[in-house]
Amino acid sequence: MKKQTVDSRPAGPKPWYDPRIRSIFFQFIAIALVFWGGWTLVDNTLSNMESRGISTGFGFLDETAGFGIIMSLVPYDATMTYGRTFLVGLMNTLLVSAMGIVAATILGFIIGVARLSSNWLVAKLALVYIEVIRNIPLLLQIFFWYFAVLGSLPSPRQSVEVADSFFLNNRGLYLPEPMPQEGFGLVWGAVIAAIVVVIGLRAWAKKRQLATGQIFPTFKVGVAILVILPTVGYLAAGAPLEWEFPALKGFNFGGGITIIPELAALWIALSLYTASFIAEIVRSGILSVSKGQTEAAKALGIPNSLTLRLVVIPQAMRVIIPPLTSQYLNLTKNSSLATAIGYPDLVAVFMGTTLNQTGQAVEVVAITMAVYLTISLAISLFMNIYNRAAAIKER
Amino acid sequence: MKNTKSIAIGAVMLCGLFSVSAASAATTLESVKENGHLQCGVTSGLPGFSQPDDKGNWTGIDVDTCRAVAAAIFGDAQAVEFTPLTAKERLTALQSGEIDMLSRNTTWTLTRDASLGLNFTGTNYYDGQGFLINKDIGVDDATQLNGATICIQAGTTTELNLSDYFRSKGMEYQPIVFDTSEQTVQGFAAGRCDVLTSDRSQLAALRSKLSDPSSAKILPNTISKEPLGPVVRQGDDQWFNIVKWVLFAQINAEELGITSDNVEDMLKSDNPNVQRLLGTDGDMGAKLGLRDDFGHQIVKLVGNYGEMYDRNVGPDTPLGLDRGLNALWTEGGILYAPPLR
Repeated sequence: MKKQTVDSRPAGPKPWYDPRIRSIFFQFIAIALVFWGGWTLVDNTLSNMESRGISTGFGFLDETAGFGIIMSLVPYDATMTYGRTFLVGLMNTLLVSAMGIVAATILGFIIGVARLSSNWLVAKLALVYIEVIRNIPLLLQIFFWYFAVLGSLPSPRQSVEVADSFFLNNRGLYLPEPMPQEGFGLVWGAVIAAIVVVIGLRAWAKKRQLATGQIFPTFKVGVAILVILPTVGYLAAGAPLEWEFPALKGFNFGGGITIIPELAALWIALSLYTASFIAEIVRSGILSVSKGQTEAAKALGIPNSLTLRLVVIPQAMRVIIPPLTSQYLNLTKNSSLATAIGYPDLVAVFMGTTLNQTGQAVEVVAITMAVYLTISLAISLFMNIYNRAAAIKER
Repeated sequence: MKNTKSIAIGAVMLCGLFSVSAASAATTLESVKENGHLQCGVTSGLPGFSQPDDKGNWTGIDVDTCRAVAAAIFGDAQAVEFTPLTAKERLTALQSGEIDMLSRNTTWTLTRDASLGLNFTGTNYYDGQGFLINKDIGVDDATQLNGATICIQAGTTTELNLSDYFRSKGMEYQPIVFDTSEQTVQGFAAGRCDVLTSDRSQLAALRSKLSDPSSAKILPNTISKEPLGPVVRQGDDQWFNIVKWVLFAQINAEELGITSDNVEDMLKSDNPNVQRLLGTDGDMGAKLGLRDDFGHQIVKLVGNYGEMYDRNVGPDTPLGLDRGLNALWTEGGILYAPPLR
């Protein structure tokens, strides 16, 4: 169609007056300039470093690191490579970011809703929380949670203990570690089966509600299935689970799971700080839903809790999601403050120790920047997909 | 599309930072003279090595090493500007040309010397890594530290030495790595770790920062060699020689008994070694591209090595460190400077 109309013109303008050709030409020049600029800078850097005898390249990632890291989600010891330290740091960053995002979201929603509560005390408490927390620099809050709380905890020998299996001291929180024995596969099988059953149940309940109008208590029954099925599997397999309990060995506790104070302090500080921003976002989202919606729900006799859950929040989400995404990005980037209190995140381990031992500043900084960019873009992408699902479908 | 572009732009901007100082063709000595001062990288505050005093004047053995170079070039020990650097920043600052020399208790290692485009010019302090422990845990020797939690400052050779030591002894440990030495001490004071490890010269100073210094003690073990010295960029041999021989001149001056007090009398000395060092005979300075009386200026304005040591870290200072390894070779130490001739 389009082509035809172009062809049917009696005589087109000269190529340099044709707006389409012109715009392509200028775009081409712009791209060429960007690439030329980029290439020049990279080339310049490399040749300068070479002329100064600074080794370049990513070969250092295969060299032995030779330093210890206190916390690692993947197996690590000092005989492994610098590449491995990158992975260790990355996993630690992702861990604290994910934990922070979950906690900040839950807390932020609760406080945001509380801020609008008709109960004067609840609303004012939420207001005070928001104004205090979001107006104190994050780094100070991290130091507060780390040094103030750490200082008040007892030494390993005077640990606070619960039932001889949970210990809390200034070296961390020690929990018993579950050790799956032979036959534990049956439990996992039961968990997967339970999830499948619940999904099927939900679909059936929805269909039934559409057909008959009867509401099935999906949530309660679903939870019951999720608990009962794995328990049955667990007992059927002969309780194939043993616990490794932490015990004081020499200076410190050994065995079990350790939550180091650095992780706890960083997690608490990041969650509380970001939650205060999320609370304000949630408040603005809820206020953006017109009052008529709530009144209509009330007129239909829908109870308050359901009105909030089914009418207000879904519409508020459309306003909440975009700024919420930026808060998630902020939290992830703020997690790099970990280096101040010795939590071994990507910046502390890779851009700290690894950079210093190898001296490959350009490469290490470039990798670290690329990683934060990738994490941020991934969060953005995920939230954009969610946003598209939640946005108004205009027909 | 937009995303890939922003990655490219980020990478480009990063590289841009490193290409700035490439164009200057002048030698380091020429550019220092042109600027009228020496730009010297030091720590942001390490007692005895480089620290601003209550009037804002920088003091310390690393600072004096810079001042001696300035004295040799300008005949003015104050013609130095100091750039405080963290352990992480220091080598990059030198590589990129932000500073003319680095004198920031930096350990001389093969990797740093050979693969970073840098040259170590000598050793102005021979140190070794040790342990500071809480007396309560009842340990007398580092071999009893199996399983201990250890506070370390980031960006130092300390981390590697520690790991090597524990591995070679078949022991385990948990490292807590802090960004600055203040935070490391705070972590130790808060009980986060049983042991604090650092260069021995630092442990005494860090211990004095504790609220109750007598609650902690330094273990007798030294687990590593830490030759600390000034660093320059590769590729300017004249500048490398100048920084190297300024320190040698200070050591030779101590050996010859020349001090800042008697240097004027020494000008009349008959000893040819003294005459060459002070520039009353020969053209030693000209060979380096300096004034012939550079040795005279250094000793007059900064002092010989022994004076520099005693003033900053010696027994009469808060650090109270004995000369030990840092004594002259004639007095049981290992300081041995090549002859000035």
